[in-house]
Amino acid sequence: MSVLRILSGGPQLSVQDAGRPGYRSQGLTVAGAMDLTALHEGAALLRQSPTMAAIEMAGSGGVFTADRDTRIALTGAVMATNIDGTALAWNASHLLPAGARLTIGGAQTGSYGYLHLGGGVNTAPVMNARATHLRAGIGAALQSGDTVPIGDDAGTDIGMGLIPDSRFDGGTLRCVSSMQTSSFAADVLARFEATAFARDPRANRMGVRMDPDGDGFATQGALSIVSEVTVPGDIQLTGDGAPFVLMCECQTTGGYPRIGTVIPCDLPRVAQAPAGAPIRFTFIDMHAAIEIQRRHEAMLKALPRAAAPRVRNPADIGDLLSYQLISGAISADADPYAKDT
Amino acid sequence: MTDLPRIRTVGLSGLLVTFADKMEEPANRAALAFRAAVAAQDWPEVVEVSTSLVSTFIEVDLAAVPIDTITDRLEELLRTRDWLQAALPEGRTLWHVPTVYGTDLAPQLEEAAALAGVDPDTAIAELSSARVRVLTIGFAPGQPYMGELSETWNIPRQEGLTPSVPPGSLVIAIRQLIIFTTHSPTGWRHIGQTAWENFRPSQQDPFALSPGDELTFPSVSRAELLKIKDQDTSGAGGATSEALS
Repeated sequence: MSVLRILSGGPQLSVQDAGRPGYRSQGLTVAGAMDLTALHEGAALLRQSPTMAAIEMAGSGGVFTADRDTRIALTGAVMATNIDGTALAWNASHLLPAGARLTIGGAQTGSYGYLHLGGGVNTAPVMNARATHLRAGIGAALQSGDTVPIGDDAGTDIGMGLIPDSRFDGGTLRCVSSMQTSSFAADVLARFEATAFARDPRANRMGVRMDPDGDGFATQGALSIVSEVTVPGDIQLTGDGAPFVLMCECQTTGGYPRIGTVIPCDLPRVAQAPAGAPIRFTFIDMHAAIEIQRRHEAMLKALPRAAAPRVRNPADIGDLLSYQLISGAISADADPYAKDT
Repeated sequence: MTDLPRIRTVGLSGLLVTFADKMEEPANRAALAFRAAVAAQDWPEVVEVSTSLVSTFIEVDLAAVPIDTITDRLEELLRTRDWLQAALPEGRTLWHVPTVYGTDLAPQLEEAAALAGVDPDTAIAELSSARVRVLTIGFAPGQPYMGELSETWNIPRQEGLTPSVPPGSLVIAIRQLIIFTTHSPTGWRHIGQTAWENFRPSQQDPFALSPGDELTFPSVSRAELLKIKDQDTSGAGGATSEALS
């Protein structure tokens, strides 16, 4: 089987797919990729299934090499990338030739970059998924020297691109009421919506802390509430009054009050907000939330159609002569003016 | 006047059926029994059914399935019986898990005892003889919430989070105990340390406990626990078990 070798790895590389549903009753969350939209983008660029696993890169990438020609795609947080010194476009698919060095640097926008492989990452599934669940100890972060098996690749397309999305610099998160929203006073809820937050440096796959620009949000009498189910997106207020947005590796139950729940399609925006990025919360009703989520899912389904061959300026191509610029329909030898017979 | 059982949405992730506003034994049994009943319906829209302490969570993609459709079905099922009278699940086990109280291995025993208004020796005597039931599994893989302890132990969570407690730590708040599965931040106080593993991913059945199982935490010395830790490869941490009918 072909492998991708990690010559040197960034601080947190892990294999991720759409996660591992069905084990909530045993305390295990679905988890999977922090930015599910990026998984769909990578699949669209490589013309393959979004269920395939990719490598999630928190903060920065690393240096990689493959033992066979391998199609790759790069999505999520933009990271300066080159193959043997030739710069590569982000949000695009490329060919990584056998033995070449793929170097992926630090995030320039956003927090989580994704390296997708044609044929997908082909590690052995654990409980029906390849996703690494760091907190539960299912799989582990990838280290320098590790090899990652690559699945058989039925595709051939490279040079596809997607228009970058705007989810990488914080912004307004849309929320619905949670089971405890009504236990907060109306003026607290109003101040919550009016407050400018900054994404705290304290963030991981469990949750992302948001710093208010003023006072925290009181949770009086809330330290003895009954522990209740938690889901990704829940905005949990711990004792010091700063909200944590729970993310894909969050706990399955929690005893801190939830002021609301960020809708699923805005979670990639939470994941990608870099430290210090401005964040606001706004409540919407369930009906609106369902409409927005449906539109998002329709957008994900349409991504394969949105992925298009990138238009390249020949002046940017260093090794122009090695490219086959014509193919199939026209032959350089044939006389184009010859009559068809 | 009551609005229980109560059905509420949980984000766009599903519906929660709640049988009580605080931890109560009949509501815990009701949640377990209702979970089994919903699972038996085999509704194709339902991803999974799970329980928390006093609630049953029906995981459904609310962006895809009309809320009213699922709510109507749940209400109809709720009307079929008095769920608070439900019995505990069959085939339960009683575990005795050796535990070190206090010392550097469990540094918050004194603090918890003070909050409970008892001296540390009394605290150890009470906690090492208490028998608790797994009320729910949650937070982390296989991690039990156990109760209920006597009213003495109705102590709140702390305001700040302890950055990390180790696997096998026994923590306490609001008349309940938890054994932690992995290194984890917590607002509960760390009073005991065990060598028990809740989640044994390399074993045939990776989840050691089920809701309804019962446990005691007999006191052992620090040296005894470290010896158990050295010798045990099963994940049971020196625990013994007996079947409960």
